[in-house]
Formats: sequence, C-alpha cells, structure tokens
Amino acid sequence: MRALFGRLRALAVAFGLLLAMAAANAQSFDQALSGFTADSFSDTDTAISAVARSGNPRAAQVIGALQDGQLFFDPDGKKVYIKDKDDRLTDAATGQAVAGPAPANLAPVRLNNRLRRAVEAALGALSLFAEDPGRRFEAAQAVFKSREAAALPTLQTALAKETDPRVKTALTEARAALVLNMSDASEADKLAAVPVIRARGDQDAVALLAGLPSDTPPAVSKAANDAIASIQNGLAIWSAVQNAWYGLSLGSVLLLAAIGLAITFGVMGVINMAHGEMVMLGAYTTFVVQEVIRAYNPGLFDYSIAIAVPLAFAISGTIGILVEQCIIRFLYGRPLETLLATWGLSLILQQAVRTAFGPTNRDVGSPSWMSGAFDVGQITITYNRLWIICFSLAVFVGLLALLRFTRFGLEMRAVTQNRPMAASMGIRTGRIDALAFGLGSGIAGIAGVALSQIDNVSPNLGQGYIIDSFMVVVFGGVGNLWGTLLGAFFLGIANKFLEPYAGAVVGKIAILVLIILFIQKRPRGLFALRGRAVEA
Amino acid sequence: MTGSPLIRALDRVGIGFLVLLAVIAVIIPVGNLLVPASSPWHVSLYFVSLFGKYMCYAILALAIDLIWGYCGILSLGHGAFFALGGYAMGMYLMRQIGTRGVYANPILPDFMVFLNWKELPVYWYGFQHFPYAILMVVLVPGLLAFLFGWFAFRSRVTGVYFSIITQALTFALMLGFFRNNFGFGGNNGLTDFKDILGFNVQSAETRSALFAISVLTLGIGFYICRAIVASKLGKVLIAIRDAENRVRFLGYRVESYKLFVFTLSACMAGVAGALYVPQVGIINPSEFAPGNSIEAVIWVAVGGRGTLIGAVLGAILVNYAKTSFTSGSLAPYWLFVLGGLFIAVTLLLPRGIVGTVEYWWKGRGPKTRGNGVAPAGVAEPHPAE
Amino acid sequence: MPPRTTSALLYLDGVSVSFDGFKALNNLSLAVEPGEMRAVIGPNGAGKTTMMDVVTGKTRPDEGEVYLDGMYDLTGLDETEIAILGIGRKFQKPTVFESHTVEDNLLLALKSDRRVRKTLLWRESVEVSARIDRLLDLTRLSAVRDRLAGGLAHGQKQWLEIGMLLAQEPKLLLVDEPVAGMTDAETRQTVELLKEINRDRTIVVVEHDMAFVRDLDVKVTVLHEGSVLAEGNIDQVSANERVIEVYLGR
Repeated sequence: MRALFGRLRALAVAFGLLLAMAAANAQSFDQALSGFTADSFSDTDTAISAVARSGNPRAAQVIGALQDGQLFFDPDGKKVYIKDKDDRLTDAATGQAVAGPAPANLAPVRLNNRLRRAVEAALGALSLFAEDPGRRFEAAQAVFKSREAAALPTLQTALAKETDPRVKTALTEARAALVLNMSDASEADKLAAVPVIRARGDQDAVALLAGLPSDTPPAVSKAANDAIASIQNGLAIWSAVQNAWYGLSLGSVLLLAAIGLAITFGVMGVINMAHGEMVMLGAYTTFVVQEVIRAYNPGLFDYSIAIAVPLAFAISGTIGILVEQCIIRFLYGRPLETLLATWGLSLILQQAVRTAFGPTNRDVGSPSWMSGAFDVGQITITYNRLWIICFSLAVFVGLLALLRFTRFGLEMRAVTQNRPMAASMGIRTGRIDALAFGLGSGIAGIAGVALSQIDNVSPNLGQGYIIDSFMVVVFGGVGNLWGTLLGAFFLGIANKFLEPYAGAVVGKIAILVLIILFIQKRPRGLFALRGRAVEA
Repeated sequence: MTGSPLIRALDRVGIGFLVLLAVIAVIIPVGNLLVPASSPWHVSLYFVSLFGKYMCYAILALAIDLIWGYCGILSLGHGAFFALGGYAMGMYLMRQIGTRGVYANPILPDFMVFLNWKELPVYWYGFQHFPYAILMVVLVPGLLAFLFGWFAFRSRVTGVYFSIITQALTFALMLGFFRNNFGFGGNNGLTDFKDILGFNVQSAETRSALFAISVLTLGIGFYICRAIVASKLGKVLIAIRDAENRVRFLGYRVESYKLFVFTLSACMAGVAGALYVPQVGIINPSEFAPGNSIEAVIWVAVGGRGTLIGAVLGAILVNYAKTSFTSGSLAPYWLFVLGGLFIAVTLLLPRGIVGTVEYWWKGRGPKTRGNGVAPAGVAEPHPAE
Repeated sequence: MPPRTTSALLYLDGVSVSFDGFKALNNLSLAVEPGEMRAVIGPNGAGKTTMMDVVTGKTRPDEGEVYLDGMYDLTGLDETEIAILGIGRKFQKPTVFESHTVEDNLLLALKSDRRVRKTLLWRESVEVSARIDRLLDLTRLSAVRDRLAGGLAHGQKQWLEIGMLLAQEPKLLLVDEPVAGMTDAETRQTVELLKEINRDRTIVVVEHDMAFVRDLDVKVTVLHEGSVLAEGNIDQVSANERVIEVYLGR
C-alpha cells in the first residue's frame, strides 16, 4: 500500500515536471542525454527530467534502459549508449547500432533509490504518450487513482492527442477525477465531472466520489451522493450477474457429472458410486492424450480436447460395460449392495490411477481457443468456462436426441418406466442395462475431459463432484433428463448465490437442508414418474 | 416363549458371547499390568490401545447393523454420529488440559488462543463437567439423527436415496468442522489431551481401564441390540426391511419405528466415538469423511448383517487386516484389498461370515426360525398390476 | 365425532384419480353396506386396484369423497391411520414377511397397540397364543406354523395373507384377486373361507375369475374405465348389454 502511494506521488511529481516542460524551451535531447555522462546522482536526476521533458520519441526507451541497468555512458566521448541483453550497443541519441568495437571506458549509469523513483515517475508520465494503447490505458488509470491535480495539463495534452476510444474514456475519467479534487475548479466543471465518474460505475468510482475534499460545493456533494447510490445499484446488479454466471458455470459442470448418474439410476435403479472415478478416468485420458501429442506432434495440441472427448467416452464407457457385466448384473434388485460394490470399485480405480500416475496433480493444458477471457460490463468471462457451458448443453441435447429418436433410446425409456412390461415386450433388458451403464459411464468420461480444463487432475478428482452430483439426481428426480438439467443449474446457482452471504461451507450445508426440505414435498424429485407402475 | 422380554433376549450364543467379552475385559488388562514384560504372556500397551480402538469400531458396527441388518436402512453417514460423540468427549478432554496447554490459558483451549479468541463460545460451556459431556455424547448425535430421520422417514425417503443423503450429511459436517470459525479446532481437531477424570490418558492403567470400559460398553450395546431384535419390535423391524408397505397396511407407523432405531443407533455410534477419542488421543474432521462411514458398513457386511455377533467380528477382522496391511510394506495395496473386499463380499458372500455359518449350521431348511438372516435379494413387493 | 351421513360402511362418491392425464378413476361412486360381501369385477385397467389404493390411502384422489362408517373421511388419512381405523387389505401379489415364520406373520398382524414403546415391551400371553392357534386352524396352516413364510407354496401364502387380514380384526376387508394362481380345489376352499369370514365382517373382493365370483354368489359391481358400469347379482350383470360388450363378450 505504502509502496503504491509512493509511486503515485512520484508519478505526480513527474507530471509536474512535464508541466514545466510545456513552458520551458525544450532543451535538445542530446543536451539532456549528456547529463548522464557526468557520473553524479544530481546530474543524472536533472538528465532524467530533461529527457522526460524533451518530448523525443526515444525518451521512453532511454529511461526504460536506465531502469533496467542497460544505459551506459562513455566518459571520454561524452556519449550515451544502450546495451541490450546480447551486449549489442545502440547510440541512445539516434537509435543507431554502433558498429565496430565498443568504447574502452564504457560504464553503466548508476542509480540510487531516489533516482529509481524518479525513473519510475518519468516512465509513468511518458506512458501517457506510449505507443502501446494498453500502457496508455494503465497510465490513465494510475492518474485516476492518484488524484494529483498537478497532472492535469499533461492529461489535457494526452487527451487531445488520444485516438483510441478506450484510452480516451479512461483519460476523460481521470480528468474528471482530478477536477473533482481540485479546489480551484469551478462548480460547473465539477458538476459536469460527476456524471463521467458515474458512468465508470465501479468500486473505484465509488471510492473517488465518497472521498471528495471537504471544500466541495454542496450541489456537487449531492450529485456525488446520488451518483454513488446509482453506481452501487448497478454494482449490485453486476454482482448478481457475476454470481449467476459462476452458478451457470458450476451448474454446467454438475450437469455433466450428474447426467450419466441420472441415466444409470433411472434405468437400473442403482447408484454408481464409482461414477466419480469414471470422470477421473476421462480427465486422465486427456492428460495422456496431451502427453502423447507433446511428445510426437506438438502442432496438434489445439485439437487435444477434440481427440480426448471420443477417447474418454470410449474408455470410460468400456469400463462401465465391463463393470456392469462383471459386478452389477449379479446384484440386480439389491441396490444397496450395488452401492457398496461400486464404492469398492471406486477405491480400486483410484488406487490404480494413483499407482500408475502418482498421487500428485497432473498438468493438463488448455488449447489456445479455450484460454483467455473477455469482459462484459463489470464481469470477466473466461473462455474455458464458456466452452464448458456450451459443451454440457450440447451433451444434454445430444442425449435428449438419443433418447427420443433412436431405438436404443426408446427401449431405455421403456425399461426406465416399467421394467417387467418392457421385458415382456421382448426388450432384452440385460442388454439395455449394460448399454445404459456404458452410456452413463461414457458421459462421465466426457465430463472428465471438461473438468480437466478447470480443475486439478488428481486421483481424487471424482470425489469432489460426486456428492453434489448425487444431490442433483435426488433433486431432479429420475426418468426425465430435464429434471437433471434444472437440478444441476438450480443447485449450481443456489450454491453461488449463497456463498457470498454464508461462505462456501455454510452455503453447502444450507443447500443440503434445502434439499431435505424439498423432498418433504416431492420425495422423488422434481420430475418424478407417477402412477401405479412406480412403486417406491 | 413367555417371560420377561429382557431375559428372553439372550440365547445360548448370546450368553456365550457376553461371557467371552467379560473374560477379555479382565484378561487383557491383567496381561498388560500384572504380567511382567519379560513373560511371553505379557500384553503390550500398543496391543491394548489397538484392541480398545477395535472395540469402539465394533460398537459402531453394531449400531449400523441394527438399522441396516434388521431394518434395511443403509446409512452412509454413521461416521458423523461417531465423530460427533468423539468431539463431545474431545471437548471435555480439552477443557481438562487447563493451564497445561502451550498458552497456559485456564479457560480457552490452545487453538482458540491461537485464533485470538477472547471468550469461550457458548456451546463449549459445561464441557468441563464429565457428566454433562457424557450427556452430550449421547444427546448430540441422537438429536441430529432424530431431526434428520424425522424429515427423511416422514417423506418416505428410503433405499438408495436415504443412503446418499446421509452421505451428504456427513460430507457437509466434515466441511463445517474443517473451518476454524466453527470453534472445533479446524483442520487439527482436538488433541494433546492430558487427563480424563484426573487420570493421565497416556498411562498404562488408564489405557487398560478404557479398554475394559470399551469391552463392557460393547457388551451392553450387544445386549441392548439383542433385546430389541428379540422383541416384537425387532420382528416389526425385519418386516419393515422386507416389505415396508405391507407393514404400513397392517397399521404400524413405519416412520416411528425407523426413527426409533435410527436415533438409538446414532446414540450408540456417539458413545463409540466418545470411547475412541481418549484411546487414540485425537479427533479431527477427517473422521467425518464419507469413506469412513462406508468402510464401517463393509465391516458389517463382512461379518454378516442381520447377525449382531457378525457385526462385531467383521469390525475386528477388517480392522485387524487394515492394521496389518497399512503398517507394513504392503501399505499401497490396502485400498485394492479393501475395494476388493467390498466387491467380493457383496457378490460372493452376501450373508457375511457369521450369516453363512449360521445358514449351514441350521441345515439351510425352510423350517428354521428366522432371526433375521437376510435371504439374498429380498426385493420390495410390487403390489401394483 | 361427526354424525353419520350414510348407512354404508364404505362410501365412495364422485372419486376421480388421474396419472399424468390418464384417468384411472372417473367419477366413481360406490356404497358397501355393513356385513355385505361385494365382488368388484372389470377388465384390465378398469381401476379396480386404484380404487383399493384410494380406499387404503396409498393414492390420494384428485376429487371426490371416501367415507368409512359414514364419518371417517379417508381422503386425508395415510395408510397407517386407515389400517388402524379398521380397513385391511390383501394385495394382488401375496406379500407376507418372508423371513418371518408363519406364526410371527400372524403375530405381527394381530390387533394390538401399534405404538413403538408398546411393541418393544410387548409380552406374549396365553390369550394371544390361543388367537394365533385359531387363525392357524382357520387358514389350515397349523402344520407349517414354524416355517419361514418365504418357503410356503403360493396358495398357502394367499391364505396366510388372508389370515393376517383376519388377525387385524378389521371392519372391512379388501381382497385383491385372492384366487389368482390357485388350483380349483384351493379356489373352492377359498370361497368357503371368505363366506365364513363374511359372517362377521364386510368384504370387498376384486376378482377376474368369473367362476369364482359366481360361486361367491354376492352382489357384483362392474367397473369400466374408472367408473361403475353395472351393479346387481351375477345373473343380472351377465345379462347387461354394456357389460357383455366391454367385458364378457370380448
């Protein structure tokens, strides 16, 4: 905090210097540079401000080199050079590379702490004129926060020259901030500045408006208070939007993890406790795919997820079918025993993965199209979360289509609704069980691919999601995928809305209590099958 | 058949089992305290503590067997009641430390001083009194089970649904107890106990006494379960397990029966936890981990659900195997063994060890009087259509 | 206690139940007088079992009134309360407690205080043994009293369930397809058993087997698509044009 304050102050000083620059006759850049050759701290100090004032396009580079210890001088030739990392010399005044041997007595320009601050401040002021719009934007933000009135003229100059709309807005806001904090600005100017700050609409704007100087005219104070109220309303809405977004993101993950569970539970009435491990296997599949790609064909890295999805489906799905054939088939009609047996299986799978890949987190990278983020209003949206939401919805729609339009889907729905009747209609329920289990596990594998993008890939990956997935199934009911969809998003969003008020843990407990109360009304979930055929 | 239900409760095997427990409760402490260390008959302190721990597990197994084996309620959250009982005892033991803690605060346990707390939270009041702590050991798990069960059974949450909600319960509690601001020592839990009722918890004498008390409590727990199982109520429980709806149509209020055994079972689990804590010297939130609760269920399955002796036997056998495995070079393979055990028992030995022996012993004829050995795969009746 | 509004023991008026749009019961009205034995017949899906579900509290009607004894509104009660009021039910598929002995099955059904505490402290008395013996005789199960119910033959299970019904001492017995899967001899014995029971209890029998219904020789109600199609003795309903059309003639 203290350091930041110091920096802001140094920056302001630098603006003061720049202000002076406007009035004074511009010394020549060369003259200014010569100050560096005296090897005295006070001369260097003068030189820094002189270079900064010079308005020469090379000024920023020179002072940057000074900061990085790359500025050298030749005491004999009274010339200044920049020496880059590869020991190549350039003439600081011209930017021309120096041909031939380096001067013999080349020495670095020395800095002390006071000078380092001066360098920083000079760089800050120069940043307002930097070529990179990003740096100009940051510099404008720094002025906004510093509220140093001395910077105003420089800011005006920068504003006049600015073409980038984003930076221009930032500069306008900074100017408004300065105006509001200047005792000699007119009331009309201040009143005009308030809406600019209000339009900014974030916490910094609130802080600025709340901390106006005591000599602020009452009309301005009133306008500021109104603006604060309006900004805070806006912020509350944005924070709700933010929570909703986080909730959607969590919900999509829960949907992916729970939907396979809901299928197996719906069709066979068994809870697969190893479902989380199927998810984990999917994540490790992604890891292996990426390792292979890294080793043999790094160019394919952006396609690693696309390769991992079908592979994870196949691997988890195959294991699922094997499990059904070797274990669950023999436990038909004993759902509680199935629960125990699959738990045992989950222990074995976890330990197997731990033995094969080690107990620590494995690194799974994101392809370029999934990394990064963009801003919408006051919230930041990361691409990987966005993709996962799209992906989970796509899986959901695909599954819905599979159930509605295929023979397998029809038979699966028949078995879900009335097993004995389906069997007597000639549906081979055993085959449907195996395939449904494979399908559920395969989807878990896909979920693992998605989760590998946002969570640590470790043998315990599945455990972290499984209980929430169970809750989704309990809440959503079985036999209807829409219940799972609603359940997942409801729980996801409820979780994220409760978190800020109650904390993550109490939020979780609250959700559990909520579910217990909910099943008082609907013991079989949101979309329970009803009728005589359904016997609890 | 006539006579007091309390006497009728014990058959010959039951009496034999209680006598065996009594003998163990005497022999092992004697072997530790009176037989010199040089003698081959000497029982090491390690062994006493280890088996004391197993006894607590056995009580927990009995509690689970009572509801699962006899009433068909599979709780995957019984570890929570065990841990709550343990925490209640741990709170008493923490208050006993007094000024001997690192910060020497006479009232506040070390972790609270460390967190800069100024006052003892209200829910810690009274735990310096042993009788109050014991009351809480029974009351807290009992109350939680009662509330939870009241909601769950009333809305007829059964089978798998019930199991996974109990699992969520213990998971939520685990998250809660991990938090420092819950006031139960967060991550580290409660530990560094000094003495219990004025006796040093580390001393051989106290350990032997705790062992004997655990065995005794196991005996009492066994007797209570036996009395319940042998009563008409026990028959109703088995009927509920096999055909819940039919019981309802006979005019029994199924939810009341379930609530009764579930609450009782939670209280037993709490007592088991309370005995466990002074013997292992620590209680922390990992006791709430869902895995622990499921592991306890498999003890019962291995020994034989629906047979009380089986539950005890299963708890001891599985834990002995666990100790043997995890203390040697085979440690990494223990989870394979445990996982395999889950699968093997459910697939190949659904009656468990004692259940299978009983089944053969009685000549597998349908003429036998049932005492609750579950015929594999009793499904709910489907009165519709 | 509210005053009686009808002399009927069981009184259904305008009862409708629908499952996801399918009307299982449609404005069903039915009255069974005390001491009566009533046979309810109807093709599959006529709503026979749903009617029983409504009477025993398993299914709540969407609309309509259901009264026992003209004063107990059954629509607001659950299975347990209705059972305690005195309605016993035998399921279509025999459901007995398979891991209990025949004797224990009867013991559990025997009219007694159903509360938890009373059950825990319950002691067997001479009187109870005598009642169980009587029931075993009546249902011809004395020889297998110590067998596990799960090991009984199908017909024996049916009788055991009827025995359990009797043990409850209900005012009204609902019997769902008692002779399904029985041999002719067993069917005849069941007719006798039901007639014997009917001496002091009211019975509603749901049945498919027309020979059996004829043997019972009681008033018959024909259900079709959730409402009453015809009522009368067996000859009357057999002669009814509409009944022939939907059921007998097929």
